[in-house]
Amino acid sequence: MEKMTELPLLSVRDLSVAFTQNGRTTTAVDHISFDIGKGETVALVGESGSGKSVSALSTVRLLPYPAASHPSGKILFKGEDMLTADEAALRKVRGNAISMIFQEPMTSLNPLHPVEQQVAEILKIHRGMSDKAARARVLELLDQVGIREPEKRLASYPHQLSGGQRQRVMIAMALANEPDLLIADEPTTALDVTVQAQILKLLKELQKSAGMAMLFITHDLGIVRKIADRVCVMTQGKIVEQGPVAEIFADPQHPYTKKLLAAEPKGAPPKTDLSKPIVVKGDDVKVWFPVKRGFFRRTVDHIKAVDGVDLEVREAQTLGIVGESGSGKTTLGLALLRMISSTGRISFRDREIEGFSWKEMRPLRRDMQIVFQDPFGSLSPRMSIADIVGEGLAVHFPGITAGERDDRVATALEEVGLDPDTRFRYPHEFSGGQRQRISIARAMVLEPKFVMLDEPTSALDMSVQAQVVDLLRDLQIKHGLAYLFISHDLKVVRALANDVIVMRAGKVVESGSATEIFDSPKTDYTRALMAAAFHMETAAEGIVSE
Amino acid sequence: MDTRAEKTMQQSAFIAEGKSQARPKGRFALSPINRRRLTNFKANRRGFWSLWIFLFLFIGALFAEFIANDRPLLVSYKGEILMPVLVDYPEEKFGGFLAVTDYRDPFIQDEISANGWMVWPPIRYSYRTVNNEIPVPAPAPPSWMLDKETRCSRYPLGVDDPNCTLGNWNWLGTDDQGRDVVARLIYGFRISVLFGLALTIASSLIGVGAGAVQGYYGGLVDLFFQRFIEIWTAIPTLYLILIVSSVLVPGFWTLFTILLAFSWVALVGVVRAEFLRARNFEYVTAARALGVSNRVIMWRHMLPNAMVATLTFMPFILNGSISTLTALDFLGFGLPPGSASLGELLAQGKNNLQAPWLGITGFFVISIMLSLLIFIGEAVRDAFDPRKSFA
Repeated sequence: MEKMTELPLLSVRDLSVAFTQNGRTTTAVDHISFDIGKGETVALVGESGSGKSVSALSTVRLLPYPAASHPSGKILFKGEDMLTADEAALRKVRGNAISMIFQEPMTSLNPLHPVEQQVAEILKIHRGMSDKAARARVLELLDQVGIREPEKRLASYPHQLSGGQRQRVMIAMALANEPDLLIADEPTTALDVTVQAQILKLLKELQKSAGMAMLFITHDLGIVRKIADRVCVMTQGKIVEQGPVAEIFADPQHPYTKKLLAAEPKGAPPKTDLSKPIVVKGDDVKVWFPVKRGFFRRTVDHIKAVDGVDLEVREAQTLGIVGESGSGKTTLGLALLRMISSTGRISFRDREIEGFSWKEMRPLRRDMQIVFQDPFGSLSPRMSIADIVGEGLAVHFPGITAGERDDRVATALEEVGLDPDTRFRYPHEFSGGQRQRISIARAMVLEPKFVMLDEPTSALDMSVQAQVVDLLRDLQIKHGLAYLFISHDLKVVRALANDVIVMRAGKVVESGSATEIFDSPKTDYTRALMAAAFHMETAAEGIVSE
Repeated sequence: MDTRAEKTMQQSAFIAEGKSQARPKGRFALSPINRRRLTNFKANRRGFWSLWIFLFLFIGALFAEFIANDRPLLVSYKGEILMPVLVDYPEEKFGGFLAVTDYRDPFIQDEISANGWMVWPPIRYSYRTVNNEIPVPAPAPPSWMLDKETRCSRYPLGVDDPNCTLGNWNWLGTDDQGRDVVARLIYGFRISVLFGLALTIASSLIGVGAGAVQGYYGGLVDLFFQRFIEIWTAIPTLYLILIVSSVLVPGFWTLFTILLAFSWVALVGVVRAEFLRARNFEYVTAARALGVSNRVIMWRHMLPNAMVATLTFMPFILNGSISTLTALDFLGFGLPPGSASLGELLAQGKNNLQAPWLGITGFFVISIMLSLLIFIGEAVRDAFDPRKSFA
């Protein structure tokens, strides 16, 4: 660790955090120490559950006490120990000298307060500003965080802003009192790659101009490399390695850091083979949601979620669909599976299915399956794993005995790399990666021909992502599956897709083979997407959303 | 931000709990979730004790005939064992002439004790038994307020009369027709609770079903159903009941049907809201993609979500049903005259202010019963609340 000439701004010494529940004590953070100097950016990286957020929340004592406790340690902020400070002293620090921004900008903002009130509240509390002075400062702040025409935005409510704009408002709130330390807890995780690049750029600029220190919590090593001066690698509540970013990335010492650095999704998709039969073909697929107005609910306009998309998915091949959120990727996938109504021709293995009723579709459901993004939301919390995986079997193979069903469930679980003995447990007992494997097993147990993968890796940690990508590829080769792979994560798409469709606002911007699109993108939009995803660089204004 | 730390903690606790869990054994083995619910329920001491007290009272009241009755439980007459509680014996059997034996009649009592013995229940009055031996004009005060002389003054043999015993005491006095208040309370409690439970269960079944269908299908079904409910709930229930009961003779089932026709809407709103929310859950979409039928999805995947909301409302519906019945009885539009009912007791208390034991008893019984039910309901709600894992 480098020597500091002056006293560090924040000095965490030998900090532990323990949670006690029903008499059981779990240690979330285990004797960690790190320093943040003035104007310095320190990144705390680690996978979910490693104790990053808990460490950060401890610095201003925001944990649910008394369930949480600190068996050891000191947190010195400008020489004062935050762990022994009284509530009044803490309130002076919170939101003032130390401020925070969180991952989910929608839930961090009060949905019932307009932008002006959200930001001005802090100014009024900590500085006792008058309404007029506060308004002037709010306008200044909004301008600073890059919100265009801030006067018009003052009266907007959070739901009227885009994700990126909401995060900018959050940043404006955090900056309101010119803090010495900004704690950013995964501030870009919920955002599109293009918006993420913009926010990172903004944070970097603001930090430089205001000279504040930043504690940046993330699981994404790409961001660390882009933004941080020093990095602390955390796993299971311990900091296993810390030092300057360049050093750690060039020469990682601890095996966990090495593993983390090596964990990017790798590999290439199976060879493109145009002789393979087409499994799913869509021709001018449109999903328009009518906008109805007036007394007679006349349709005055349509929201064109998917607007004339042509595509083909071949056996044992993957079609990747990329685009920002709201570009209609998932809607397109659901339309192809006939989960929502659409117009345009859709054929499945040479059968025209666009006119099929729900009943007529049922026998085909066996062959077309979905794996969802959120491994927490896609499994019913009240059913055991055996019931979840076996549910489809009960529908499509009503003749088989309970014993045989159990065998098939066990085989499917084994195939996705889970211990079949765990099948009587409930979803909450599994980690995110394991849950995603369960979702995959639920789809695979029916031996489908076509699987729609809707951002199956987005909610997972980096190292788990790589494992899931490998698993999906193995399953594809083994069973000759056709995949429709929907993702905004281009790294994962590159590791799986043969062909790629780039979508924006329901329309296809660019399509072609994966190598073509990744190596020589033709449109500005695709180029901007690539730059943001691989290098976290922003594009010129107007090309991507904000 | 607290919520995230909270979630992590919950998860770690879940995982620790689930470790030892292997294949569930037997049909009644509790899943980890249900086990947690049971622990949560027991953790609410007030609700837990309320449940035991209520169960004790309710099960006791179910066997009201064995506690308060104007017939003996067991009679041995001329070597024959008879059970008057269960069987109506004509008086001829004991040398009398009535169609049904009046075991309180001293003549029959003498006849039986001369040829055998009989065992009385602890309280020798049924809800409609008129005590002809009360020493003062009805309503008579509780027996323990009178001295032995007065208490026994109306019996033929006075203080020495075998019938002037504890079993013939009116522990809480009599009402204005000379009927024992305790006996009427026990029977009245039973009918109130049974009525309340039956009405709650029936209206929940209908309400949850209707709410589920509206929420799941949405669209036109929802639109028309909602408008229908709006019109339906605009009908003033109480007046309708008053009108109906002046035409029909109100009995248990008549009242039940009329009240049910209006009480089922209570749950529709919450259940519909839960279903509207849940139908876009990913695991519901996943089930649809698996080809699972609508009915199974609603039952297996979505209904459990509506459970907490339903359980929150349930105690209020139960108490509402009970107090509606009491109110109707109080007004005289409820159960047929003569039947045991708490509302009628309250009405008597109002009409006989000189006999405070009527009003006070009615008040305490009703308020304790309603409070117990609310406490139990609260504990059940807590037990099913997924967020209430560490309080």
